[in-house]
Amino acid sequence: MIDALGSVGSLLLVGGTSDIAVATAHRYLRERPLRVVVAARDTPRRSAVAEELRAAGGRVEVVDFDADDPGSPARAVAEAAAGGDIDVAVVAFGQLGDAEQLRTDAAAAAHLAQVNYVAAVAVGTELAGRMRTQGHGEIVALSSVAGERVRKANYVYGSTKAGMDAFYSGLGDSLAGSGVSVLVVRPGFVRSKMTEGMPDAPLATTPEAVAEAIVAGVRGGRHTIWVPGAMRWVMSGLRHTPRAIFRRLPF
Amino acid sequence: MADPRTAEEVLLTGWGRTAPTPARLVAVHGPEDAAAVLAARTPRGVVARGLARSYNDAAQNAGGHVLDMTAADRVLDVDLAAGEVEVEAGISLDRLMNLFVPMGLFVPVTPGTRYVTVGGAVAADIHGKNHHVAGTFSEHVAWLDLLTADGEVRRVGPDRDPELFWATAGGMGLTGVILRARIRMKPVESSRIVVDTDRTPDLDSLMSLMAGTDHLYDYSVAWIDCVARGARMGRSVLTRGRFARRDELAPEQQADPLRYSGRVRLSAPGVFPPGLLNPATVAAFNEVWYRKSPRRKRDQLQTIGAFFHPLDGVGSWNRVYGPRGFVQYQFVVPDGREEAMRRALERISRSGHASFLAVLKRFGEGNPGMLSFPLPGWTLALDIPVVSGLAALLDELDELVVGAGGRVYLAKDPRVRPEVLEQMYPRLGAFRDVRRRVDPEGVFTSDLARRLSL
Repeated sequence: MIDALGSVGSLLLVGGTSDIAVATAHRYLRERPLRVVVAARDTPRRSAVAEELRAAGGRVEVVDFDADDPGSPARAVAEAAAGGDIDVAVVAFGQLGDAEQLRTDAAAAAHLAQVNYVAAVAVGTELAGRMRTQGHGEIVALSSVAGERVRKANYVYGSTKAGMDAFYSGLGDSLAGSGVSVLVVRPGFVRSKMTEGMPDAPLATTPEAVAEAIVAGVRGGRHTIWVPGAMRWVMSGLRHTPRAIFRRLPF
Repeated sequence: MADPRTAEEVLLTGWGRTAPTPARLVAVHGPEDAAAVLAARTPRGVVARGLARSYNDAAQNAGGHVLDMTAADRVLDVDLAAGEVEVEAGISLDRLMNLFVPMGLFVPVTPGTRYVTVGGAVAADIHGKNHHVAGTFSEHVAWLDLLTADGEVRRVGPDRDPELFWATAGGMGLTGVILRARIRMKPVESSRIVVDTDRTPDLDSLMSLMAGTDHLYDYSVAWIDCVARGARMGRSVLTRGRFARRDELAPEQQADPLRYSGRVRLSAPGVFPPGLLNPATVAAFNEVWYRKSPRRKRDQLQTIGAFFHPLDGVGSWNRVYGPRGFVQYQFVVPDGREEAMRRALERISRSGHASFLAVLKRFGEGNPGMLSFPLPGWTLALDIPVVSGLAALLDELDELVVGAGGRVYLAKDPRVRPEVLEQMYPRLGAFRDVRRRVDPEGVFTSDLARRLSL
């Protein structure tokens, strides 16, 4: 149970090897020991993350999760819930893709949509069902500002995040009064393994800053947050920029 | 009774109004109703709820069933000569007082509010101002009827299945549903209390006064100003008393010495702005309260309501803390560890978290209740509105309390760490053994039980 002061007893990381997921677990573990379920593909990186979180004081369990496998969301959520209630689930998996290739490779574009949108919808539906039954819980969905106004430079990625963001926002509204809530997180450019080698965008942030914002957002009962916070006003401006101008912007 | 399977889900909280969760709330009018809900239970289980004066999540059960016990409030038997009453567990102490004070019987133990049920009083093993002489509420229970997970009703007491009785007393409703109890009441000659008041300038003088002379009184409690710092830290007003004999009353009262009326006079408005209680307003309130109290007063006659339940005069006073709710932090440290009490109070007043008056009370002997809170020593209770940074402060205080061999109170705490609680309650293992015996599937559960892995 999330207690009266917002402290968390159990955390599920779907896409548990993502930098933001790991940073969020560390941020919670800094407050008190808790149960952490790492759902990810069975890779050396998963073992390393599990070890790292154990060393930080977590009671760590691992379960298999593969966004390419349609049966995986149901299995992963059921396995995670078998060990007890899930207080907070962070949906952190996703890929950026190669924007150049995605422009022409239909299979690659469909695959990115499968991972970033279709699998995210399945995971959200499974989590919501489980949490409705347990009567409490918080789903944290890692969206992106890229989905808020889709740019020509990475429109395939942006569109998957737009869909995912819309799904989780609507899911959150549908859960009002059920004891379950959803926090949609919209980071700007995050320096992480996903963006390795790319030049910093303005207002670039870090996984640790996103983790900090997630913990504060859950504690404060927020529904949507931007990281950094100033990104909210930037995006608000961009959302209302006429298309004729927007498509000429240099990004 | 409504069908427990289709009962509507409602969001429930405790008195602190934090961490609401939904559950199917079913009104229970008697043992058959309780058994019917038990039979219709889901894997999320069942817990009983009384008047919801536990500050925390003890009477919540996210996604499961919650039994509203307050409709089962009949008096089943009265033995005036022996001073014993047999009641359904949903009856409130308020009702018991209204019925029996005029007959010369007072409840054996009352907390700071009379709006608690007998079932809740046993489940939380509540204490009052007389703990140092009378112990807890459960110590005045001859027996109780407990509906257990197998659907059986078991009569348990200190002399029949004492293990189950002492797991139930203080067991927060996790051994079964308390249906009925036989209670030994306290004979009184009047409905007035003879009160002595002493104002003390600091914590040391207060504690030595209490340690030296509390045994001369049936009831004793001190109100401490938590905001005052430095030399005035712990300045307080100590009120102590006993029930008046008939011949101590004023002549006009002697005609009707047991006259009693418990009524709520006013109610707090529904919406309070957040931040109404801040360090400045609380400090001002505490200053006025301390100054208006007499330095020393003897043999003042007070009513039951004024002496025992001053806050009951304001209905729903818990709303004063605003929409985020509040935490009541209550802990006990054993005799001989008074320095831990001093350090805790220092830490609290330094933190600047606004609190109304804190209450200091000296406990007498503990009892065999496995999760019973009191142990011989000192207990401090204070309200703190929910603000950021509070979790870390209370974790720090827990360390201090555990280090001194003390503990926090399960009827109030909404945030202790499970592994710290294990250190506080060394008989938690024995409690779990009893639960495994009478409820192997864990039918009886609550948000509190899940949060702390009880």
